[in-house]
Amino acid sequence: MKLTQTDVWRGVAILLVFFVLAWLPAVPGADGWLSIVVPITMYTVLATSWAIFSGPTHYVSLATAAFFGVGSYTLALGLDSVPYPLLLLMAAVLGGVMAALVGWATLRLSGVYFVIFTLGLAELIRQVFTWYQNNMGGTRGSYVFTDFTDAHIYWQLLALALLVYLVGWLINRSRLGFAIRIIGGDESVAKHSGINVAWSKIVLFMVSGSVAAVVGAILAPRFVYIEPAMAFNPQLSFMVVIMALLGGTQRLWGPLMGAIPFALVWEIIASNFPAQTTLLMGLAFLLVVFYIPNGISGVVLRWYHQARARQGVNHE
Amino acid sequence: MQILITGIFLGGVYAIIAVGLSLQYGVSRIMNLAVGEMLVAGAFAAFWFSTAQSLNPYLSLLVVIPVAFCANWLIYRYLLLPLVRRAKTRGQLEVDSILVTFGLSFTLVGIFLWAFGGQFFNYSFLSVPVEIFDSRYGQNRVLAFAIAFVVCAALWIWLNHTRSGLSMRAISVDTRAASLVAIDVEKSSNFAFALGGAIAATGGMVLSTFLTFDASIGIVFTLKALVIVIMGGVGDIRGAIVAALVLGITETVVARLIDPGLTLAAAYVLFLLILLFRPQGLFGRAQT
Repeated sequence: MKLTQTDVWRGVAILLVFFVLAWLPAVPGADGWLSIVVPITMYTVLATSWAIFSGPTHYVSLATAAFFGVGSYTLALGLDSVPYPLLLLMAAVLGGVMAALVGWATLRLSGVYFVIFTLGLAELIRQVFTWYQNNMGGTRGSYVFTDFTDAHIYWQLLALALLVYLVGWLINRSRLGFAIRIIGGDESVAKHSGINVAWSKIVLFMVSGSVAAVVGAILAPRFVYIEPAMAFNPQLSFMVVIMALLGGTQRLWGPLMGAIPFALVWEIIASNFPAQTTLLMGLAFLLVVFYIPNGISGVVLRWYHQARARQGVNHE
Repeated sequence: MQILITGIFLGGVYAIIAVGLSLQYGVSRIMNLAVGEMLVAGAFAAFWFSTAQSLNPYLSLLVVIPVAFCANWLIYRYLLLPLVRRAKTRGQLEVDSILVTFGLSFTLVGIFLWAFGGQFFNYSFLSVPVEIFDSRYGQNRVLAFAIAFVVCAALWIWLNHTRSGLSMRAISVDTRAASLVAIDVEKSSNFAFALGGAIAATGGMVLSTFLTFDASIGIVFTLKALVIVIMGGVGDIRGAIVAALVLGITETVVARLIDPGLTLAAAYVLFLLILLFRPQGLFGRAQT
């Protein structure tokens, strides 16, 4: 793979931004608003990894909560016996395996089957888990005691975000990324050009599933006490979808543009009018589909191109 | 035997909702994920009639059916038709309609929560036992099944023995060919969507006579209806009815013999089996 000079500069700039962001917890009085920054970082990671799969393929995945819950439980159940970094790895593997199974059953069929299947997946796992714990395990919830503060969780999420951006960038440049864009454009064309359509989709879905599971594992210490209804909360899946769509899925940085404003608005509404959050979510979905189908990043890109055209600047 | 009959009664009510959705998906090509909220709206109307007005909840159908019909007609005309016109491919329409009906679903749940609050609702209607084959069943359930039977039979006769029903079936087979033989596809799709919504609201009204519900329960029924529609084959009313009975019986068996907490898991196992072995539905033909 060849790197152009722009690529190198861009990489250096991104690393610099992350380096600066990593100092956030050192700012005096950070403890208060770190409780908002952590969810924003979490949603950014989830929405970006969601868009890596769903952006080019147009398969709307609502399985985020299921992966997240599986990751959280991996950590909660293994914390006493397995070293922490290994648990994160286990969460990633479990998330990937789960995504492979779900993908194998549904991704060969049309998008509708996939949406419906993932829609109930979190609820399904929650039911089975609750039943298992009621009948075999004894207690329902699990305690997660660690020494981690919000800052530790924030740094881990930041590192994961960097990894997700790197992976997303590599995928975009690889044969797989090329294949997936063709599939998104026209699946039968892709098939006729000799692309293994199902396999490509499953691999990307596994990436997104692994990331969501790791995020679940990282976030588990923040809950302290985990029970199925909380770990497998289906609302999370919808939050991720709406943020990614609001931001736009055509660029890797798109979901970020959706996660920040939506998480802030959500925070304000949830603390002032807690009963109206569902309404907000519904209206946001309608707004995005009807008025900004390409997301905020789509709007930004259009302005950018218009501005350049007005200045008479062409691509060299 | 008792389990079987209870299951069939439950399946009958599922069938009402599923045929409504099947009509919307088969003819109008909209995978309506807000169908459960139509159901909850019907349930709330019945609740209001029964408790606030002390009237027979079934009287609420006189209001529920026309209101739901008009509301769904407007939803299709002003929210969904622009998407149908905008969509370049079937896949594009699918994604858009899924997102919009999700938005609609959340918006409606938000409005229900605002208007009625988050608590559980139920009322008592005809909870008098009746004996069938030496076992006791609630009269409300028997009546619900009778209503389901009437709705499904009427829909069946309309689709198979009338001219307008024929044009609906033509659209569900091939939209473009239907417009070639002078069927007004947009108008018929609009009608089918409105009728499907009205049927789903009727299902919700009937369901509320024996089931405790709350503002956000719609999604559970949406999911069940989707599983039924796919199991029965898209747009296939007969398949949907059979699949609804299968689901009703399976759920009852699982709830009685294993654990009531696993009903959704049971529906999912059925769904998975269908996806793996007969993705075209029980009676569907494989696509060429």
